[in-house]
Amino acid sequence: MFKYAAPKNFYDLAGRLTPWGAALTAALLLAGLYLGLFVAPPDYQQGESVRIMFVHVPSAWMSMFVYVLMAGAGAVALIWNIKLAEVLVRACAPIGASFTLLALVTGSLWGKPMWGAWWVWDARLTSELILLFLYIGIMALQASIDDPRRAARAAAILVLVGVVNIPVIHFSVEWWNTLHQPASVSRIGRPAIHPSILAPLLVMTAAFKVYFLTVVLMRMRTELLEREKHTAWVEEEVGRT
Amino acid sequence: MTDAPSPSLPAAVLCLIRRDLTVALRRSADVLTPLIFFAIVTSLFPLAVGPEPALLRALAPGVLWVAALLAAMLSLNRLFSNDHADGTLEQLLLAPHPLTVLVLAKTLAHWLLTGLPLVLISPLLALQLQLPTAAMGALALSLLLGTPVLSLVGGIGAALTLGLRGGGVLVSLLVLPLYTPVLIFGAGAVSGAVTGLDTEAHFSLLGAFLVLALSFAPWAAASALRVSLD
Repeated sequence: MFKYAAPKNFYDLAGRLTPWGAALTAALLLAGLYLGLFVAPPDYQQGESVRIMFVHVPSAWMSMFVYVLMAGAGAVALIWNIKLAEVLVRACAPIGASFTLLALVTGSLWGKPMWGAWWVWDARLTSELILLFLYIGIMALQASIDDPRRAARAAAILVLVGVVNIPVIHFSVEWWNTLHQPASVSRIGRPAIHPSILAPLLVMTAAFKVYFLTVVLMRMRTELLEREKHTAWVEEEVGRT
Repeated sequence: MTDAPSPSLPAAVLCLIRRDLTVALRRSADVLTPLIFFAIVTSLFPLAVGPEPALLRALAPGVLWVAALLAAMLSLNRLFSNDHADGTLEQLLLAPHPLTVLVLAKTLAHWLLTGLPLVLISPLLALQLQLPTAAMGALALSLLLGTPVLSLVGGIGAALTLGLRGGGVLVSLLVLPLYTPVLIFGAGAVSGAVTGLDTEAHFSLLGAFLVLALSFAPWAAASALRVSLD
């Protein structure tokens, strides 16, 4: 197990896992889209727009999952000085930001027919928007520090500060909304989800998760090559291809 | 080299605060700039939205709080950058006292120089924006509880961006999302006071943020400083 904490071994392992991850992503995505677009019935209230949820909900879940994973990796990087964890933090941020953006865009596409507005200052939308800003801040901080070690450690601190703040921000926004005005756009009542809707949702969630794993491994590999460019194994690796 | 005994922690903290205040007051323009910025930004709003008293009254809590937020952020780069440039910061890192406490002392000095003046002139600017006098107390109290949080959280951003190119813009990108809870409840408290609602919940939450920031932010800022000066 610890063998794979060494950059070279991890690089090889990641290289072997990536094609499998990509194939699994494609299969799950096809299955999920088929179930979601053709098998699932249109909702009696939301009509065909309900299908946006099969992309929206997994990406919103992933946006938070990636941040928490990044915070865990940041803590490991700061406490135990593990290089691989630093690389993981750096690899996660842009992917997490894209999931957040995807959640916001699909949410807005769904909101227009449902709520009649592209954007509503709903608690969840607002905290998702702030999450996007946090991701962008982390990426900007990393981009402006040249030394990769310093960049990684600074980003790890910021990620940890953010993870303490996320619940605070989330509840603030929720209370702000309820303190200000009673929810003017009541969310559609939540009946127990029917299996025909639940199945594509779960398959899509799995597809998003495997996609994330695949892409994060790919990003970590390039990041490792960049960081270890002065070592013998990278020279050998680059020379071979 | 003499082996003078190092001062005790309280003495060191007092000395650091006094030093920061003295250095800042010798360059009083630095202290005044955020205040004047605060005054100018709040005066721009009536020009932009019109002089309608009812409209201004509705906007006043938000405008005052956003302007205070921006003014506090503008002064953040002063927190560590001068000491970084002349090497004082490295000496602080080498000092036999916990860096967390020294960072807290520096943050306190920073708040005395930027946050407190904002609190003091806020009633004057509130008058300009037609805020009812009944809400003045709420405004001052919310700023009194909120601006230390802005200094404390901002200190983390200032420590992380120390010596980076484009530090000023970067720090706003890092810090502004973290300021949102303070903004929500700070402005909320004032709005509540204007409309005569119970504002106790807002103040309790602002106090809670202050306690949370006091206990965690100096610690995070100290480790950020260690990374930046590595």
